[in-house]
Amino acid sequence: MLWIVFSKPEKARIFRIRMFDEIQNIGINSIPIVGLLSMFMGGVIALQTASNMDSPFLPEYTIGFITRSSTILEFSPTIISLILAGKIGSNIASEIGTMRVTEQIDALEIMGVNSLSFLVLPKIMGAVVFFPVLIIFSIGLSLIGGWLSLIMSGLASTETYVLGIRSFFEIGNIVYALVKCVVFAFAIVSVSSFYGYYTKGGALDVGKSSTQAIVTSSIVILICNFFLTQMLLL
Amino acid sequence: MIEIKNLDKSFGDRQILFDINATFEAGKVNMIIGQSGQGKSVLTKCIVGLHEPDNGAVLFDGNNFTEMDRVERKDLRKDIGMLFQASALFDSMNVEQNIMFPLTMFAKHSKKEMLNRVNFCLERVNLEGKNNLLPAELSGGMKKRVAIARAIAMNPKYLFCDEPNSGLDPQTAIVIDNLIREITYESNITTVVISHDMNSVIEIGDNIMFIHEGKDWWQGDKNSIILTDNQEIIDFVYASDFMKEIKDSMKNNH
Repeated sequence: MLWIVFSKPEKARIFRIRMFDEIQNIGINSIPIVGLLSMFMGGVIALQTASNMDSPFLPEYTIGFITRSSTILEFSPTIISLILAGKIGSNIASEIGTMRVTEQIDALEIMGVNSLSFLVLPKIMGAVVFFPVLIIFSIGLSLIGGWLSLIMSGLASTETYVLGIRSFFEIGNIVYALVKCVVFAFAIVSVSSFYGYYTKGGALDVGKSSTQAIVTSSIVILICNFFLTQMLLL
Repeated sequence: MIEIKNLDKSFGDRQILFDINATFEAGKVNMIIGQSGQGKSVLTKCIVGLHEPDNGAVLFDGNNFTEMDRVERKDLRKDIGMLFQASALFDSMNVEQNIMFPLTMFAKHSKKEMLNRVNFCLERVNLEGKNNLLPAELSGGMKKRVAIARAIAMNPKYLFCDEPNSGLDPQTAIVIDNLIREITYESNITTVVISHDMNSVIEIGDNIMFIHEGKDWWQGDKNSIILTDNQEIIDFVYASDFMKEIKDSMKNNH
């Protein structure tokens, strides 16, 4: 399937237009949910870290350090990708599945259009291009969420939180997060497209494909996460 | 002209088509008829390459489609138009975009030329000015007409229609039938129509192929189908007692 997906598009101009449409559908339309989740996620991480710091030997800036590290290394790339697997995965599987059961994919094939490449490649490229932007956005908002929760609860000052965020910073961690999110983007779109494209039957089967797409892409994300962590961090 | 030679098709252990042989002539409406589940749609999908036959050949004007690679098939498919049972219009596109789609993908015309062609096709199916409507805003008959307009946008040499009248009232069905016949004659297209509708068969069928139990049971024209003694065809064409009475009276008059 992937070999056919990555064959040369019929017309570059149409591919570009479709890719930007997919960036809009997959990426830009996900900004509100990613923003909301990230703010609360950062807030909770900071609060939990602060409330569990009982030892007087741990400096206060550890809160910022742990919030930053866990956000960059795990929460933003993995949790946000899992959430997006639900949102985007079901959308893609049901869109392509409906096209399959209503013979729209057959219509494309009859016209001589490579339906796999036409439908799936712009989605993969759109997701791979825009997921890193979403994850960077999520990391930023998560850190802001952490800061707001600490300020409002009075558990730490802005200065110590910022000091923690800046402490022991490694650019490699950002690279690791971006590599992960690109792999997750590819996994979500390709798995969901697979289930949508090979849907057989009617409306009920489109629903089943959609569910299978979410479950499988979530599992694939978790497995990839494990191996990427082994390969990139250890 | 499309020729089918010794075509077999099975899904798993279940054989659907057995040694089908047929010739569909250019400039004529070639009908494939038969009861549900006899293999009409599978045969059509084998002809256009949506299913791969197990054995046999499909020749489009002498070119063996079954032996073509992906690129050759793609080229040939630009000469094929198909009207699907459920119209298969792209939901996200309006009428104009649907008809323009094959032109945008393959034709090397300017936007203005493509728009002229779209408007010509719309005029041809009596839907002038409906360019901006979405498929969800169209009636069943209008959807079929838009699908016909899309199918003829690229001036196809071969037109396939899968149950073009299903779900339509008798008057709209006649409009669609006449449209298919006119387009076939005007552009000398090889048209293949799958139908259950005997009105359609009698109205527009030049050549008729009856499929029964996955076999090419009978072939002939519309006059011979009315008078045939083949019991399977009689059971299909004259399914009701009323129709059987009509047949008996026609025979007596002959």
